[in-house]
Amino acid sequence: MKRMLRGMVLPVGLLALWEFASHAGVVDPRILPSLELVAHTAVNQVMHEGLLGNLAASLARDMAGFCIGSFIGVAIGTALGLSLVADRLFMPSFNGLRQIAILAWIPLISIWFGVGESAKVVFIAAAALIPVVLNTREGMRAASTQLVEVARALTFTRWQLVTRLYLPSALPSIATGVHLGLIYAWVASIGSEYFMTVGPGIGGLIIAGRERFQMDLVILGILILGIVGFAINLGASAIEARLMRWKPG
Amino acid sequence: MQVAAAAAPPWPSLPRGGIAFLFPLSLLALWSISARLGWLPPQILPAPSEVGSALWDLAGTGELASNTAISLLRVVEGFAAGSALGLLLGIAMGLSRTTEDYVKPLFTAFAQVPTLGWIPFLMLLVGIGEPLKILVIAKAAFVPVALNTFAGIRAVPPIYAEVGALFRFNRWQLLHRVVLPAAVPPIFTGLRYGLTHAWNALVAVELLASAEGLGYLLVWGRQMFWLDTMMGAMIVIGIVGFALDRIMAAAEQRLQSWRLA
Repeated sequence: MKRMLRGMVLPVGLLALWEFASHAGVVDPRILPSLELVAHTAVNQVMHEGLLGNLAASLARDMAGFCIGSFIGVAIGTALGLSLVADRLFMPSFNGLRQIAILAWIPLISIWFGVGESAKVVFIAAAALIPVVLNTREGMRAASTQLVEVARALTFTRWQLVTRLYLPSALPSIATGVHLGLIYAWVASIGSEYFMTVGPGIGGLIIAGRERFQMDLVILGILILGIVGFAINLGASAIEARLMRWKPG
Repeated sequence: MQVAAAAAPPWPSLPRGGIAFLFPLSLLALWSISARLGWLPPQILPAPSEVGSALWDLAGTGELASNTAISLLRVVEGFAAGSALGLLLGIAMGLSRTTEDYVKPLFTAFAQVPTLGWIPFLMLLVGIGEPLKILVIAKAAFVPVALNTFAGIRAVPPIYAEVGALFRFNRWQLLHRVVLPAAVPPIFTGLRYGLTHAWNALVAVELLASAEGLGYLLVWGRQMFWLDTMMGAMIVIGIVGFALDRIMAAAEQRLQSWRLA
């Protein structure tokens, strides 16, 4: 209880200072709009400007890209983790391409795929793919050699080996990758909307707020970004914990 | 052993790393052939030789060097500011539970919003000049450095502090003889993440608002539809990012050479 109260001191103090500064005219209210103006903008956006539609568009895009990216990522990671030849052949190239900051791909993707929905989803999928590949590969390689020997003694087929042994034992690692993928995909959704400003979305909303010098809109957008990111993180952790329930320790 | 020798392929085996070049080389070959035969228009995929010559031209006019230098300077400045603050906050929160209670919730809320989200906010606040870039890069480095420093200090086994108490170390001695050295590995992990994040943030902010730098080179290439310039800039962004990470890894190794295994 005491800890929670202490935690509230700084945020509440800052908000109070903000409210005071904006009312007393210490700071230009265009730079620091009052809290009630932000709240008013929020209500107005929800009621009349289709904020929820923007949010839904961003989330749909995020999910589409994430699903495609993590699915392909698990497939590639499994192949790289199980086949030494594939790993030697492709991993160095993958590592090389990975060095390019992900946002630097946006101009190229926008030339190849346009600035519409498909380009955004491609970009989000690429962002989600990277951590999933890396962690799936790690997980596959970490399978216990003793278990593999047992499986060989039981004359598992190759398919059984993958589905009964390698996939389950790589699951914790894959979950970590998917969790990271979710976070990357959300950031990438915002990035794609910043640079390809066609169509609805929260990123577009923030950019519009900046262009019209509407700080209230920008702050509202940032709040939504934070809350959605937080919710995604929380959801992913919960699913991860649930999937890992069987794991001792 | 003999079985293994007999099973060896009759052709001389490639050196261990050699196979790594097989894929990129064949991709490059396919790319050249497709450009030569015009499978894809050069507006979609320019020939590799054109990317090379675009890079060569940029290097020749000095544009490449000057833009890279500008980007590097921004990253160094932003990273230095952000990681210094991150170290301070991480140490303060790690050492004192009271500080943690007061500051951590606000810090967590601040860290929830991705760097990309703060850019438009800061644009309205400070304009699109040099301070914007430094602030954005500093924010990107600040969060992972603070988090890892905090976690690293908390993970120092209490038994170390007990040994320190046995030696009658005062607070300062305890901090710089025991706690900080023990927390070096996680702190360095944080610094490495911080530098990677700083480099990504640089690309983001230069794409959104800049008239110079490697990110601007990309934007410029995009506007002119010069794919060769764009791809050249991407390659340089990748190489510099890789080099920065390597430098950090080397520094980490050096600092930890005293460790046993």
